[in-house]
Amino acid sequence: MREIYLDNSATTKVSDSAAAKAVGMMKECYGNPSSLHTLGILAEREVGAARAAVAGAISASSEEIIFTSGGTEANNLALFGSAEARRRRGSRIVTSAIEHSSVLESAKQLENSGFEVVFLQPDRNGNIAEEQIAAAVDERTVLVSLMLVNNEVGSVLPLSAARAAIKRSNAPALLHCDAVQAFGKMPVSVKSIGCDLLTVTGHKVHAPKGVGALFVKKGVRILPRQFGGEQEKRIRPGTESTPLIAAFGQAVADFPDLDASLDNARKLWQYAKERLLTIDKLTINSPDDALPYILNFSTNSLRSEIMLHHLAAMGIYCSSGSACAKGEPSHVLKAMKLSRTAADTAIRVSFDYATTFEDIDLLVEAVKDGIAKRGKY
Amino acid sequence: MFKEVILIKNGELALKGLNRRTFEEALIRNLKRTLTPFGKISVHREQSTMYVNSDDIDWNEAADRVSRVFGIATFSRSCLCEKDFEVIKESAAEYLKEQLSECSTFKVEAKRSDKSFPLKSPAICEEAGGYILERFPNLTVDVHNPEITVTVEIRANGAFIHGKPIKGAGGLPFGTSGKATVMISGGIDSPVAAWMMAKRGLQLSAVHFASPPYTSQRAEEKVRTLLEKVSQWAGEIKLYIVPFTDIQERIRDDCPEELFTIIMRRIMIKITQRIARSNQSSAMISGESVGQVASQTLKAIACTNDAANMPILRPLVGMDKEEIIKIARSIDTFDTSILPYEDCCTVFTPKHPKTRPDLHSVREAEAKLNIADLMETAIKESRKEFIGK
Repeated sequence: MREIYLDNSATTKVSDSAAAKAVGMMKECYGNPSSLHTLGILAEREVGAARAAVAGAISASSEEIIFTSGGTEANNLALFGSAEARRRRGSRIVTSAIEHSSVLESAKQLENSGFEVVFLQPDRNGNIAEEQIAAAVDERTVLVSLMLVNNEVGSVLPLSAARAAIKRSNAPALLHCDAVQAFGKMPVSVKSIGCDLLTVTGHKVHAPKGVGALFVKKGVRILPRQFGGEQEKRIRPGTESTPLIAAFGQAVADFPDLDASLDNARKLWQYAKERLLTIDKLTINSPDDALPYILNFSTNSLRSEIMLHHLAAMGIYCSSGSACAKGEPSHVLKAMKLSRTAADTAIRVSFDYATTFEDIDLLVEAVKDGIAKRGKY
Repeated sequence: MFKEVILIKNGELALKGLNRRTFEEALIRNLKRTLTPFGKISVHREQSTMYVNSDDIDWNEAADRVSRVFGIATFSRSCLCEKDFEVIKESAAEYLKEQLSECSTFKVEAKRSDKSFPLKSPAICEEAGGYILERFPNLTVDVHNPEITVTVEIRANGAFIHGKPIKGAGGLPFGTSGKATVMISGGIDSPVAAWMMAKRGLQLSAVHFASPPYTSQRAEEKVRTLLEKVSQWAGEIKLYIVPFTDIQERIRDDCPEELFTIIMRRIMIKITQRIARSNQSSAMISGESVGQVASQTLKAIACTNDAANMPILRPLVGMDKEEIIKIARSIDTFDTSILPYEDCCTVFTPKHPKTRPDLHSVREAEAKLNIADLMETAIKESRKEFIGK
């Protein structure tokens, strides 16, 4: 049975070159980058190359990259590190209700510690309007944190509106962008976004799990969350995970032409959408202008979890909106005010460069088969 | 370094009259099986006490394992030394150093079965007590209600010294009561029921009903994890995973919705009974507790019981949820049981199940299902695996 992996927004398969890089770092270039001897210098050089690769991919410079253990840590560092550093200059934080849990839960913690947090609500398509952002940002705002691409439906948020709103209201606010789902799929530039902080992670771009990075714009001060040695400018001390960092750098250096891939993904996405819509009762939850690597739909016939197991039995892997009948539906679909049935029967497929039209055909047939065999919602 | 042994006093076993020998032999077998992976051991009996000896075992590990062997009321870790009074009193102070420095009252008790030992019991107590008092200024003697009793036993093969006895797992030795098959869903109750019956000396098999794609692989994994924990007391457990999807769909499609759960449970019992007979079980075990959910009202239990012609043991039948959870925590199954995966009992749950089903109409609805062929297939296609060890 051929494996069709359509869960790339959850995680990706590590590329051969990234895996080989990690093994080389563990078995040959195993020095501590802080050591003064040759092995230390060689390891430091590899970390430097990875830093340059990640920086280059987002139009930043190397000294603006802080390596972390992944997206969750980078988001925590961005929110707590900047809010605590600016506590005396204001008390308002603006974010959205459809952020990743690592932003949402951090924002809720900051709310408990006295910040006023605004959670912007999305429309039916998972979009946040520019006017909403403009209205929420005021002169007391110290942080705006918005994701570039939503992980469940693929909606693209108007980050430039946030930059403009901060300027206009003369707010002492930093702009943080969680770009985990956008990175490696569409061109991401810290300059054109105009952000102060930006989160990326390795395992969504064919690097191993356990490594990510936070871009911190030159001149922006954030407070560390942990203390120890001199590494990562003391903002994220601890011996660098050289195998994971070097593999991350390798995966980023291997990025294909993003614009060309995006064109290809758009065709796949459109095809998938049209084919899926031939299924009775099926509805699409992703907006028309979503990042075309993520497609969310509801069968309105078969509970997500059951469909997921049905597809998995046929070698097709994707994600469900809710974990289980006993579990709550996803906070994103809930915020989009989807009906209970639509939320309970939602499926997310997410592509990568290797996804083919044939994969889509097999997916559509398998979904039809699942509904025919088990669909009695 | 001391030579250590574990002394086992096997409470309930002493009551078993002529069967006592069988029970003791089973217990010795179980001790050997449990401890052999950790060292070379020998077990011997003397009067009502068993001695576990080893030259190479880690005694912390051994004590931890012995505490999970059924059929043991209390046991003591003990130090064995030569029958020289100077050595005995020094060993007592040294071996029990930790316990003695944590207490404020103590007494010494002496048993002298080797009557050739020159000091009589009262003299041993007095001399050893005096020595310990000198070494531990935190202690005073309390002969009526001491926090710790230092026991010195002078036996033919040496002097044994031990402090506080450790509570054993109780119950009867594994396998001395025959075999039974437990129905396990993955919830809180069934692992507790399995454990309680294993405690009464039963050797366990288990049946789990899986309904992919309605239930997930994780639900099966959860059952394996739960049985793994139970097997730390109950020894190896034979697990049968029965494919149940087709049967559940047939019940959903062809029987009145409000009777779905009760008929499903009857079918589960019929299948379990077949499997139980094939593995020489004389009973089934279920985690039912009266009134807990709609399918466990007395009427409902009567309806499911009607499907069986072998005893169904229900050790939780009169317990509150709180009491069940307390045991689940003590055997470390609770945190696994509450993981939120769909299991066969929650698939197609009717909105308004009958709480007082009438046996006649249940039988009638079940007969209409014509489900015998599906049951045969399910039994034939069930997967067998071994959990624990």
